[in-house]
Amino acid sequence: MNRLHAMRASGLYLVLCLVSALMLLPFAWVVFGSFKTQGEFTANPGGWLPESFANLQNFVVLFTEQGFGGFLVNSVIVSGVTVLANVLFCSMAGYALAKLPFRGRGLVMGGVLVAMTVPYVALFVPQFLIIVQLGLVNTLAGIIAPMLVMPIGVFIMRQFALSIPDELLEAARIDGAGEFGIFFRIFLPLLGPAIATVSIFTFLASWNFFLWPLVVAQTEDVFTLPVGLAIASQQANTTAYGLLLAGAIVVLLPVLILFLFLQRYFIQGIATAGLK
Amino acid sequence: MALETTSAGVAAVGRPLRWAISRRLTPGPTGVAWLFVMPFLVIFAVFTAVPAVMAVTLTMTDIGVADLRDPLGVNFVFLDNFQAVLTAPAFLRSALNTVVYVGIGVPVTMAIGFLLALALDSGIRRARPVFRAVIYLPVIANVVAAAIVWQYAFTLNGPINSFLADLGIAGPNWLGTPTTAMIVVLLLTIWRTTGTCMVLFLAGLQSVPEEVHEAASLDGAGYWRRVFQMTLPLLRPTTLLVTVLMSVMFLNIFDEPYLLTGGGPLGSTKSVAQWVYEQFGFGNISNAMTGSIVLLLGVLIVCVVQLRVLRPRQ
Repeated sequence: MNRLHAMRASGLYLVLCLVSALMLLPFAWVVFGSFKTQGEFTANPGGWLPESFANLQNFVVLFTEQGFGGFLVNSVIVSGVTVLANVLFCSMAGYALAKLPFRGRGLVMGGVLVAMTVPYVALFVPQFLIIVQLGLVNTLAGIIAPMLVMPIGVFIMRQFALSIPDELLEAARIDGAGEFGIFFRIFLPLLGPAIATVSIFTFLASWNFFLWPLVVAQTEDVFTLPVGLAIASQQANTTAYGLLLAGAIVVLLPVLILFLFLQRYFIQGIATAGLK
Repeated sequence: MALETTSAGVAAVGRPLRWAISRRLTPGPTGVAWLFVMPFLVIFAVFTAVPAVMAVTLTMTDIGVADLRDPLGVNFVFLDNFQAVLTAPAFLRSALNTVVYVGIGVPVTMAIGFLLALALDSGIRRARPVFRAVIYLPVIANVVAAAIVWQYAFTLNGPINSFLADLGIAGPNWLGTPTTAMIVVLLLTIWRTTGTCMVLFLAGLQSVPEEVHEAASLDGAGYWRRVFQMTLPLLRPTTLLVTVLMSVMFLNIFDEPYLLTGGGPLGSTKSVAQWVYEQFGFGNISNAMTGSIVLLLGVLIVCVVQLRVLRPRQ
């Protein structure tokens, strides 16, 4: 019985290792390929390992000739503003929706829930029409604007706010604190895990968002990293793989580093909110 | 009469009084609450609620790129757009492709995700977080970067085909043939979504109490019988959530085919979302919106059917 158990366990490990290897394979190809010269790709298109991991030529070209420095700055601005705005606005809205009974609360909450289910494909065209009216086409502000508040952020904040005991806020109220004082001094410091989750969600969403920046950005100076990389890949006629894979690393790395340190929050967030 | 007047009078006086009292007792008056919600609400209204209403109303107009500066100058054509879109061969082809993506992608992703969750739930405590993290990794990987890797891997003489050549198999021109291009798009999408299914199923499995398993194994039920007769029924709410989530995701598929194949060869991998994007690019804004509303209706129908079929039984 015990040997059977051990055999089953090792079989399980084998399968899981195999699946993990398949999941990691594309990442290995990115890393290997980014260190290869164009000559290596032509000479041996099916080869895996690069001749040298010290060949940083692709990265140098990327930043000096392909404008990836600018794309990186744009992406950092877009994601930075998105995360900050969402943490502030969503926590405020979440606080009111969970702790302050007001007329129309059900309506707002219903709107948030409906918005989470509307497919994005149905929204981007009218969003673009609005951006045109606001004169924000081809600006970073135009890229950021629709991401400033994400319904999922409000949803997470509200769920978390519900778990904070009313007595805590009530005590502060009796001490004569104003609603904004209560929010900033008592509520916000208790919101740590929710802020972490919302930050990660909105960072991921804004960093990886492709369709909207592709629609809004029209010149290189407003490209985000994914748009810059996609345009480069279309222009390169899919032959300059060393360069493109190096570009892929630049896009992937910040998210991977963050995941390495905050893995727990990523997965907990998905599992509790039940949404991507 | 007089009595009524009096009681009405008392009520009239009593109302502000009661309001004042309740204002002291219940947290915060409505005004402050609105101040808290306002920043969210304004941005939400301008960039989500209004576009949602526009999406529906503009499908009934002949809005084109010339109307961008003056959206109110459009003519109402009511349901003509739907007739035009639903009879366009290119749209129907993209609809068929999307159905294939959903029909194959959703069950395969869910099956793999569920099996992986089962494997991770059965006993391997110490290695669980590592495997979970690795399998989840593709979910957070940027799709543009991923598509470039897959393009490279599936080129004619690329790593995949040279591996197949080592096995003595002549690899196909993956992205240049309709069927195999579809397979590569599906593989990329499945690679990117399995982790989400796995994490959700694992969370569901871990909420099934240990005693349920013990009781069933004492009854002498085999492992797979326990999975089908106990675990799956208990997981019904999770399965419902994952099914709806995955269906919506696959119905809206855009990034993967657009980046991998550009919708080709000959529109054989083009999704409805990409068709919408292209119509938008051509300036056929009313067509684009009509296509997206057809997609939205598809999403709604699929969701409602799934909610009915998979609804937890009382």
